[in-house]
Amino acid sequence: MTLIPEFNFSKVFLEPWSTSTLINWNGQIMLMGFMVCWTCGIVGSFIVIRRMALMGDAISHGILPGLAIAFIISGSMGLGSMFFGACIAGLACNFSIEWLHTHTKLKEDAAMGLVFTSFFAFGVTLISMNSHLHIDPGCLLYGEIGLVPLSEKWKVFGFEMGNRSLWTIGLVFCGVVIGTIFFYGPLVVTSFDSTLAKSMGIPVKATHMSLMLALALSTVASLEAVGVILVVAMFVFPPVTAAFFLQRLPTILIGTFPLGIIYTWGGFHLAYWLDCSIAAAIAVVATLLFIPACLLGPNGGILWRLKFKT
Amino acid sequence: MFWKTEKTLGFPRSLGIVTASIAFSTNLQAKQIDWNKAESFFERTSRFWQMQDQSVQIVVLGSILIGISCGLIGSYVVTRRLSLFGDTLSHAVLPGIAIGFIWSQSKDNPALLIGAIIAGFLGVTCLTLLQKYTPIRQDSALGIVLSGFYAIGICLLTRIQKMEFGNQSGLESFLFGQASALSINDIWGIGITLAGIGLFVLATHKELLISGFDPSFARSIGIHTMLLQYGLWILLAFCIITSLQVIGVILASALLIIPAATASLLVKRMNAYLFLASLLGGIAGLSGTFLSFLGQGLPTGPLIVLVSTFLFLLVLGFRPKTGIFTHWNFSRTHSMRIKAENTLKALYHILESQNFEKTSITSQDLMQRVGIGRGDCDREVDLLIRMNLATQRSTKDSSKLPGQSLITLTPQGWEYACKIVRNHRLWELYLTNEAKYASDHVHEDAEKIEHVLGDQTIRQLERILSNPREDPHGKLIPSLDDIEHGGIKNKHAAEEGFRYSNPT
Repeated sequence: MTLIPEFNFSKVFLEPWSTSTLINWNGQIMLMGFMVCWTCGIVGSFIVIRRMALMGDAISHGILPGLAIAFIISGSMGLGSMFFGACIAGLACNFSIEWLHTHTKLKEDAAMGLVFTSFFAFGVTLISMNSHLHIDPGCLLYGEIGLVPLSEKWKVFGFEMGNRSLWTIGLVFCGVVIGTIFFYGPLVVTSFDSTLAKSMGIPVKATHMSLMLALALSTVASLEAVGVILVVAMFVFPPVTAAFFLQRLPTILIGTFPLGIIYTWGGFHLAYWLDCSIAAAIAVVATLLFIPACLLGPNGGILWRLKFKT
Repeated sequence: MFWKTEKTLGFPRSLGIVTASIAFSTNLQAKQIDWNKAESFFERTSRFWQMQDQSVQIVVLGSILIGISCGLIGSYVVTRRLSLFGDTLSHAVLPGIAIGFIWSQSKDNPALLIGAIIAGFLGVTCLTLLQKYTPIRQDSALGIVLSGFYAIGICLLTRIQKMEFGNQSGLESFLFGQASALSINDIWGIGITLAGIGLFVLATHKELLISGFDPSFARSIGIHTMLLQYGLWILLAFCIITSLQVIGVILASALLIIPAATASLLVKRMNAYLFLASLLGGIAGLSGTFLSFLGQGLPTGPLIVLVSTFLFLLVLGFRPKTGIFTHWNFSRTHSMRIKAENTLKALYHILESQNFEKTSITSQDLMQRVGIGRGDCDREVDLLIRMNLATQRSTKDSSKLPGQSLITLTPQGWEYACKIVRNHRLWELYLTNEAKYASDHVHEDAEKIEHVLGDQTIRQLERILSNPREDPHGKLIPSLDDIEHGGIKNKHAAEEGFRYSNPT
């Protein structure tokens, strides 16, 4: 078996959609991928313009002990306890970083690196101590979107609502979209000029907190699909790639939608071809798309710059 | 039971106590080690600390050396704000390791190391290019390189798992580290890295220091700052790559950051900083390995990180001057002192209002004067008694309220009370005479400052006010003479020839 299998167009692009069972199965995976990319893309846009891309990294690592403790206490993968634990841990991570760099002489980057690695180490240790929990630490790291169709059914008052993972990410996605539409003004103003925002009477701290909360929530919802580290790719790549072509924030936000579709579609088929992790393949496609964007993008792309320089 | 075990094994007693306490603390955490397994648990402990096992020797040596080298280079990482750069670098080496594995088809091969070096170099190059040629900011650039390289690495790793290689199980250990898989070759790699870092730091110590804190000055005196920076990056990459086996990709940056951050809270000089950071790194490596040795299937990397976090929290709490507990303790004793001083002042005022005719004060009077209840009053008097400033006895007079007591100041208490009142009144006088405050506006201010005025300031105030006798409200300022000789002459009392003498 070779590292790169032979490329066969019909096998890679047509076979996954050949029968109705396969369409149903793979359709769920694609839907999950779309919504993960969209949710993370929207939240990520605000995080990137706030120069906090690594805060996304930190929070996504930092929620691990919250999840582990929620698992240990409730003994199951209950949605409520998972979200609760993750939010608490995410906020605790955020507060510790801020406290450390305001109250000690540690710089922000050191505080961040210190807090999230400690949180992550604590989470990993908790999980490996309680081996009966059946959480695979590897799975938390790179997720398994291919198993999303197997996720249990979500029941509300006895009614079967369908795939739980899909519902979760769907609800978080709706929440993020609605939140963005309603609080677009405060979000933008606090991102670009927090002093102005304060003088306009916008609660800067609360906006920041809710963004961090959205970050933690979207990380948890995408956890089953992409894991805690690849989620950073979902946060960073869509806005950064879109920003090479588009200038205004609303267009960048909208631009994450087609990008999400391309990422998922490309990643799915790449993984089908190479027989590797779909989530990692999605992130690889994002990286591969970033390279031409960075070279050719009219808005600060390298080649355009060189052209105008000469 | 375990003292017996300890004796038969011929343990030094102190070591026994240390291990027992560590053992106890892990027991609280780890559910899987229960007391039924205690025998084997202590056997394991002793086996670890005797270090007769060659594998244990290798692991312990390896993690201590890694701790030291990470601490050493981490000091520069933290002072130069490269913490997240280290994190990115450690993630970026993953595809190199995977490709090296595919190339050599075994886990124990220099190909992995070479692959990791190439990938790390590529990662750094991408980062530099992104920052130089695109408008992307540093944080996003770090995120892009980190997640992009990591994604490629995971892609390859999951691909490898599907391929039919004989020995592929060990690759997961690069994510979280597995110290037990260390081989003697790894030790050589770690040792050489440490030696390289040590030599580099020794040879360019001064230049590193200058270029770290003032790059433009360093350039102006002809130091090649870029060269130094590249040297640091290369050593950093080597340090991360050699530590991957023990601590894993994801947490490799933790061992760089945490010991150095801990040391930065404690010391200011770079030499002491370097020493302390590497010491802390070594301690974390040793104890983390020990803890992971105790449990089954506990990953070493996270435990080493947790130990260093624990050390960090200890230092954060108990560091001199600004530590949380230190500060808390300071403010607690401070507020206790102020409370005692206020009670003393109240007692003085009561005595004064009685023209110093009595030597003791009833608790009833104190309660009325300060406006507090029984419990508070008792507590405050208790505080004075504990500080040896007053004594208390119950009244023989049964006609009064039950539970009443008489409070008498000791000589020290009397002196202290005089001093506080003196501070208060001198300050009031200073404010009215020199700062031209209205005399009814000075009390609140004096109420605060009386607790912090030192002897020298008081002497100065006296000089400025030319040794006053009365305060703006016409009350007598207890003079130095009174404080020293334990007596005070009241205006009226002086006329009558009465002299309050202190009960001894």
